[in-house]
Amino acid sequence: MKKIIHSFLYMAILWVAMSFSAKPERNDQPFTILFHHYAGNEILKLDSVNYKNELGQTFTVSKFKYYISNLHFKNAAGKDVFVNESFLINEDEEDSKKIVLKNIPEENYISVDFIIGVDSLHNCSGAQSGALDPINGMFWAWNSGYIFLKLEGKSPFCKTPGNFFEYHIGGYKQPSNCIRKVSLQPGQKSRTVNIKVNVLEILKTPTTIDLEKIPTVNDHRNATTIADNYSNMFELI
Amino acid sequence: MKYKLIYTLFILIIVFLIGNSFIIENPYFKITSKDVKLKIPKGFPKPIYTFKKNKLKADIFILGRKLFYDNILSKDNTVSCGSCHQRIAAFAHIDHKLSHGIYAKIGTRNVPALQNLIWKDSYMWDGGVNNLEVQPIHPITNPIEMDETLENVILKLKRDSNYVKLFKKAYKDTLINSERVLKSLAQFTGLMITSNSRYDKYIRKQDTFSITEKNGLTLFRAKCETCHKEPLFTDNSYRNNGIKLDSSLNDFGRGRLTEIEKDYRTFKVPGLRNVERTYPYMHDGRFKNLKEVIDHYSNAASHDLNSDTILKKIGVLTAEEKKELHAFLLTLTDKEFLLDRRFADPNMVQY
Repeated sequence: MKKIIHSFLYMAILWVAMSFSAKPERNDQPFTILFHHYAGNEILKLDSVNYKNELGQTFTVSKFKYYISNLHFKNAAGKDVFVNESFLINEDEEDSKKIVLKNIPEENYISVDFIIGVDSLHNCSGAQSGALDPINGMFWAWNSGYIFLKLEGKSPFCKTPGNFFEYHIGGYKQPSNCIRKVSLQPGQKSRTVNIKVNVLEILKTPTTIDLEKIPTVNDHRNATTIADNYSNMFELI
Repeated sequence: MKYKLIYTLFILIIVFLIGNSFIIENPYFKITSKDVKLKIPKGFPKPIYTFKKNKLKADIFILGRKLFYDNILSKDNTVSCGSCHQRIAAFAHIDHKLSHGIYAKIGTRNVPALQNLIWKDSYMWDGGVNNLEVQPIHPITNPIEMDETLENVILKLKRDSNYVKLFKKAYKDTLINSERVLKSLAQFTGLMITSNSRYDKYIRKQDTFSITEKNGLTLFRAKCETCHKEPLFTDNSYRNNGIKLDSSLNDFGRGRLTEIEKDYRTFKVPGLRNVERTYPYMHDGRFKNLKEVIDHYSNAASHDLNSDTILKKIGVLTAEEKKELHAFLLTLTDKEFLLDRRFADPNMVQY
């Protein structure tokens, strides 16, 4: 009888010990990604500064926000770390331009990949909270889906009420899929990645956007053209 | 004398308290866990919306019901979901062609019935909404419907102590956000399941049909079944059903979303359950009654040039056939659903 009790006790102790050792406390430094918004080589300033597109058309920017999702870290050994989450980066909210990730092991990553936008699964998943809360103004109610990027501003070349231009880009279905992949190679063992985001690229590469001809984009028309452009706006610094 | 007064007061207070608790505990509006069990009717396919990520719970359903019938969702607090989605009409708007909004605004489409929603792969006449949970954002934010913002709805709810209590009961904490608002509404509308019409009972061999109704069913299966597929009476497709463009509305239907030529002026095939109550008919409510609808389908000469080729299958119906079809359509009325107390407006006094 005593033996049985003892063995039970022993097993209980073992079980407790195992449950402790099963979750080793990792002391990895958090991984930080910082987004720095630029217009060309100048730091982007909302509303106050005039910028020029490739056609020499002047404009100011009043709003610049976009989704970054599904971060994917690859190390040299081919080991991958996925962060299946969406982040809303907004020029108007300083805190949003800094992504701090715990649980990323301290290793040398040869590339950091992500998508601009929200993947198709999360476009169809119903009510969500946090970055994907429709309250953030990045959700289309009449044609369900997230707006991946908003760039708004003013230009004397736009013959719209208030001279506004408004680019709302989204769409997860073909042929107007605006999800774009970005792959960056940080190259050294650093826990911080600084990314330059150049808004001028949205109007530039590969297609020059004429503010006079295209003052608004809010459905599939011209959306993929701008999406192709915004896939080039990220650069490591 | 003094004691008598105190005694009377005491009795009055007791009566008042009992009376009060009676109103709160009115069994007609009481929702228990039994009331929110999802039962898939026999013969129905697997639902598309499964409640897997929105686990059914009595207190969440109660919250959804309150929200559904509350004007707080509209900008000037005058219109609720229930204003246009009436229980007696299978949650369509009885005898209203086009939907009503705040400031007496009139919309451009007929209010669709809310029933068997969890079997739909998309919502709205043009299928623009891809998930039951996000559907309410459309009417809440549409300027010709409730013209409100989700942000403001959340703000108003947070200020209302009744709602704070209800959210706590439903979700164990007082967090109020759009996800919870929308998921509660999805529990309330998702459980609107109709499967106990005379037609269903006939199929289950619990009821009989008259000869006219039987002939109507046979005709229906020969002429209408392709689009209005049993048991949901829709194949969830989009079609041009032959009605001509109303140039005052210029509604391009699904084509407005996809801009694909074949989608122009197509609209979702509605399920026909409770069709007796969901009048008027079509996306713009142009037909007053079922007779006009049947006449339309029977009269190919009046059809739009771009109408779905499947309409040819119907041909010309005789007066007798029309009568039989009509009789069959009436068997789709589900009185149990139309009177289901779970979906009644708890603000209405009902004895």
